[in-house]
Amino acid sequence: MLKVLKLAARNLARYGRRTLLTAGLIILGIVAVLVFVSVSGSFKNLIVGQITDSMLGHLQVHRKGYVASIDNLPLNLNMKPAQVEQVEQALRGMKDVVAWSLRLKLGAMFSNFTETTSIRLNGVIPQQEAATVPLLAQRLVQGSAANGLVERGKILIPEILAKGMKLKVGDTVVLVATNLDGSVNGKTFAVQGVLGDVTGPGGRDGYIHIDDARELLRMTAPEVSEIAIRLKDPAHIAQAKSELEQALSVIHNAQGQPALEVHTWEGLTPFANIAHMIDLLDLFIRIMLVGIVLISVMNVMMMAVYERIREIGTIAAIGTPPRRILTLFIYEGLLLGLIGTLFGTALSLGIVYTLNIWPVHFSFARQVFELAPSIAAFDVVMIGAIVLVVAVLASLQPAWKAARMDPITALRHV
Amino acid sequence: MSLVVASQLSKTYRAGDVDVPAVRGVDFAIDAGAFVAFVGPSGSGKSTLLNMIGCLDKPSAGRLTVLDTDIAALDRRAAADFRGANIGFIFQDFNLIPVLTAYENIEYPLLMVQDWSVEKRRARVTELLAAVGMSDQADKRPDQLSGGQKQRVAVARALATQPKLVLADEPTANLDHDTAYRILELMKKMRDDFGTTFIFSTHDPKIMGEAEVTFALEDGRLVNAGGAHA
Repeated sequence: MLKVLKLAARNLARYGRRTLLTAGLIILGIVAVLVFVSVSGSFKNLIVGQITDSMLGHLQVHRKGYVASIDNLPLNLNMKPAQVEQVEQALRGMKDVVAWSLRLKLGAMFSNFTETTSIRLNGVIPQQEAATVPLLAQRLVQGSAANGLVERGKILIPEILAKGMKLKVGDTVVLVATNLDGSVNGKTFAVQGVLGDVTGPGGRDGYIHIDDARELLRMTAPEVSEIAIRLKDPAHIAQAKSELEQALSVIHNAQGQPALEVHTWEGLTPFANIAHMIDLLDLFIRIMLVGIVLISVMNVMMMAVYERIREIGTIAAIGTPPRRILTLFIYEGLLLGLIGTLFGTALSLGIVYTLNIWPVHFSFARQVFELAPSIAAFDVVMIGAIVLVVAVLASLQPAWKAARMDPITALRHV
Repeated sequence: MSLVVASQLSKTYRAGDVDVPAVRGVDFAIDAGAFVAFVGPSGSGKSTLLNMIGCLDKPSAGRLTVLDTDIAALDRRAAADFRGANIGFIFQDFNLIPVLTAYENIEYPLLMVQDWSVEKRRARVTELLAAVGMSDQADKRPDQLSGGQKQRVAVARALATQPKLVLADEPTANLDHDTAYRILELMKKMRDDFGTTFIFSTHDPKIMGEAEVTFALEDGRLVNAGGAHA
C-alpha cells in the first residue's frame, strides 16, 4: 500500500501546478463549508439558546388545547393541582431533567395611573424560573434579580413598555385582570426591573410572583398554565419529550383522552423554521462541496489517465496487475482529497480561531449578537470523510478505465 | 528444449469492414537461451508476433505456446500474471516511468509486479545497475539520461524479475548506430550472464547480423530463417 501511495504522490507532484489548483479548489470548498457551518451553527445556537434559556425552556407541558389558544391566555385551560403534582412526579423520575418552572400566564390591563395598555404576564416561582431559564435575569436592563428573580408585590416589565410609559425601577403600576368567573380585580405592583426585549414568544412578557398572580385572579386552587422544563443536554429533547409523553399518557380528561400535551421549544416558536432553514443551507453547502470535489478530482484524474496512456500501457505490459493500476489511480485521487482536507481544515480552524479573537457583531431582530463560532470535531471528521470518499468515488471511473486499458492500444498511443 | 512454439499461427485485424491479415500461418520454435531476431520491413508482422509471444495479443488461428502455456487460453488477468512472472519487455521508446529514478525504474517490477522484500530488491537492483554499467546514474530520472542510458535502464528493468524471456520491439530504432550496437552487446551479455532468452525485432539490416537466430518476415509470412528451426 505504502509503495503505491508513494508512486501516486510522485505522479501528483509531476503535474504540480494542476495538483495545486485542484487541491486549492478543494481547500476553498472545505473552508467555505467549515466556516459556514461554524458561523451558522454559532448563530443558531445563540438564538436557540436565547429562546430556550431566557423564555421557553426546552420542553413545556400544557393542558390539551392550551397551546392552540395561547394567544388568548385562557384561564379555563389551566392544569389542576392534581395534574401538576402528577407532572412533577414524572419529572422527578427523569434523569435528563435539571429544572422545571410552574407558570401561571394571564393577560392584564397595565396602568401607570395616567396611561393604560395591555400586558401578558407570567406568574412564576422565582427560584424555579431562574433555574429553568437562567438567561432571563441577564435580560434585565434596569433593576436587579436580587432576592429572587421577582419579589412578592413587584413586577418585571418589558423594555418596550417601560419606554412607552416612561417607567423606571421603583415606580408603582396597577394591574387589572379579568378572573375566570368574569369579575375584575386590580392590584398595585412596584417595578423591580426592566427586561430587554428578545425575539420570539414571551419576549415582551412581564413577570410577577405566582402567588401575586393567583391573588390577582382570585384563584383558590394553585392552578398553572404551563410547566417549562430545562434539560441537561438539549440534544436529548426528542428522547425526553417521548419519555415524558409516555409518563403523562396515564392522565386522562373526562373524554378519556390524554389531558396534557408536551411541546418542544421548536413547536412553540417560529424561529424553529429559521433554524431549519439554516440546517437546509448547511446541507446545501455540503452538497456543493461534494460537487466541487467530484468534478475537480474527476477532471484531474481523467486528464491524468489520458496523458499517461503510454505509461499505463507500459506498466500493464510488464505485468502490473489491473487491480494495482486501479489502486494507483484511486490513491492519486485520495491523496488530492487528503491534501485538500488537511490544508482546508487547518485554514478553517485558523479562520474560526481568528473570529474568536476578533468577534463579529451583528443585529438580529433589534438585538445585537456576538458570534463565537466553533467547529465540532464531529463536523471536521464528517466533512473530511465526505471529501475523501467523494475523491475516491471521483477517481473510480478514470482508474477503472486505466486498469481495463488494452496494453497494445495504450502502447501505440501517441 | 523449445521455449516458444508457434504452429500455423495467424493474426487478423479488423479495420472497418475489412479483415487485415498481420500474421499468416507461421511455424517456428525458439529454444531457451537463444538470441533471436524477427526481421522485416514495417508492416511485415514483427510487432504482432512479439505481442502474441508477450501475451499482449491473442492469435486468430493456430497455436502459440510460451513456456508450455497456450497463450490463447489466458484471460486478461492471467496474461498479466504470466507476463509479470515470465516475460521482460524492452520498448523502442524506452518507456521508463518519468517520475522514477533509474534505480526505481528497475525496482518497479520487483515492487509493483512481484512483491520482493526490501533487501532482495536492493541486492537485485544493485546487481543489475552494475551489469548494465549504470551504477553511477542510479539516482537520475529518465529526463536526465541519454537515449543509450535509458535503454540500458530498460534492459535492466526487463531483467529485474529474472524472466525466462525478454522481448524487445525495435530496441535500437531510436539510438545511433554505435549505441545500438552497445545495447545489443549488452543484451547478449545479459543472455550469457543470466541465461535469459532474448527475442527482438528490427528492420535495420546491420542490426540483424547480431542475432544468432533470425526469422525474416514479409507480409506476415516467414520467408526464411537463419540458424533457426522454422
